Amino acid sequence: MTTKEMIITFLVIWLGTVLTRFLPYIIFPEGRKVPEFVHYLGRVLGPAVFGLLVVYCLRNTDLTTSFARGGSHGIPELLATALTLLTYRWKKQMILSMAAGTILYMILVQLVFV
Amino acid sequence: MKEFKKAFPITIPVMAGYIFLGITYGILMVTNGFPIWLPVLTAAVIYTGSMEFLMVEILSSSFAPLSAFLTAFMVGARHLFYGLSMLKKYNGCGRSKFYLIYTCSDETFALNYNADPTGLNKSCFYTIISLLDQIYWIVGALIGSIFGTLITFNTKGLDFVMTAMFLSIFADQWLKDKKARKSEEALLEEDEKGSLPRRMILLLWLRHHLPEIVGLLASLVCLLIFGSSKFIIPSMILMLTLLTVFCPIIEGGKKR
Repeated sequence: MTTKEMIITFLVIWLGTVLTRFLPYIIFPEGRKVPEFVHYLGRVLGPAVFGLLVVYCLRNTDLTTSFARGGSHGIPELLATALTLLTYRWKKQMILSMAAGTILYMILVQLVFV
Repeated sequence: MKEFKKAFPITIPVMAGYIFLGITYGILMVTNGFPIWLPVLTAAVIYTGSMEFLMVEILSSSFAPLSAFLTAFMVGARHLFYGLSMLKKYNGCGRSKFYLIYTCSDETFALNYNADPTGLNKSCFYTIISLLDQIYWIVGALIGSIFGTLITFNTKGLDFVMTAMFLSIFADQWLKDKKARKSEEALLEEDEKGSLPRRMILLLWLRHHLPEIVGLLASLVCLLIFGSSKFIIPSMILMLTLLTVFCPIIEGGKKR
């Protein structure tokens, strides 16, 4: 890519990203009544999208490669996920749960399932 | 300033996540031959982690502006949902509103969506959270691109920090809905003067947890069908459809 092409690529990526952020506010500007159903969607989509983001983060988990070939059958992900959820249920401290899950995951992928 | 005092502790998990991920991003960009300022600039103005990581690949391959635009729109499509969820909260934020919308990343959305600005200047509170998050991300990218090659400890697996964050938020949402369910259950039990029939308990459970279950299952099904690189858009369509279909069940409780 030439410098000019890179600048164009940068700009279209910027445009695509910014558009997704402003579109809802352009369609429903302040003062315009938002339909009840849209409010309903706004309320239920939050929790649903976090479900999607969890799946999105774990989307590349390799479940099929055998141990002999260096696979882990998703065990590090499973254990770290369980620890994150359990510590959150226990203490309701986001930092604690994130640290616990991440440290366990790092130990598992660096030392156990190498 | 009491807004800052309340906002800063809330953003600490994002600081950890963003600085680490930002560093990873900076390293990736610089080791792919891009100048130091590019990751910092993209961190500041594009400010969508997943898209920025993809950008390393896009800028390294041949020129395809339309495909780049569509990729950006699709990767960012989840922001449409964030926007819908934040419409009410960001209304009345005056001049800061433009900035708040511009910087509504995954994590900033998560924080502002769950934060409680009661007794504080709402617009100021949301702006501080958004600004701090953006600063963390830019600083991370800056550190990554400058010192990236000097870091010696093994960072493999560090990216789980983002997964763990979404998991905690998901768990938080679930526990909040569980609390609402328990209180509705208690009210109904009082009405009935005794324990509720099983069917009723199941209905209550679905009414409060269906959004989370739909989110998880719809995206899992789409992941299996469409594969890891193409499942986001189908998941969103399926989620939207299912939540529309289930609207009477979820909203059922309100009509009483």
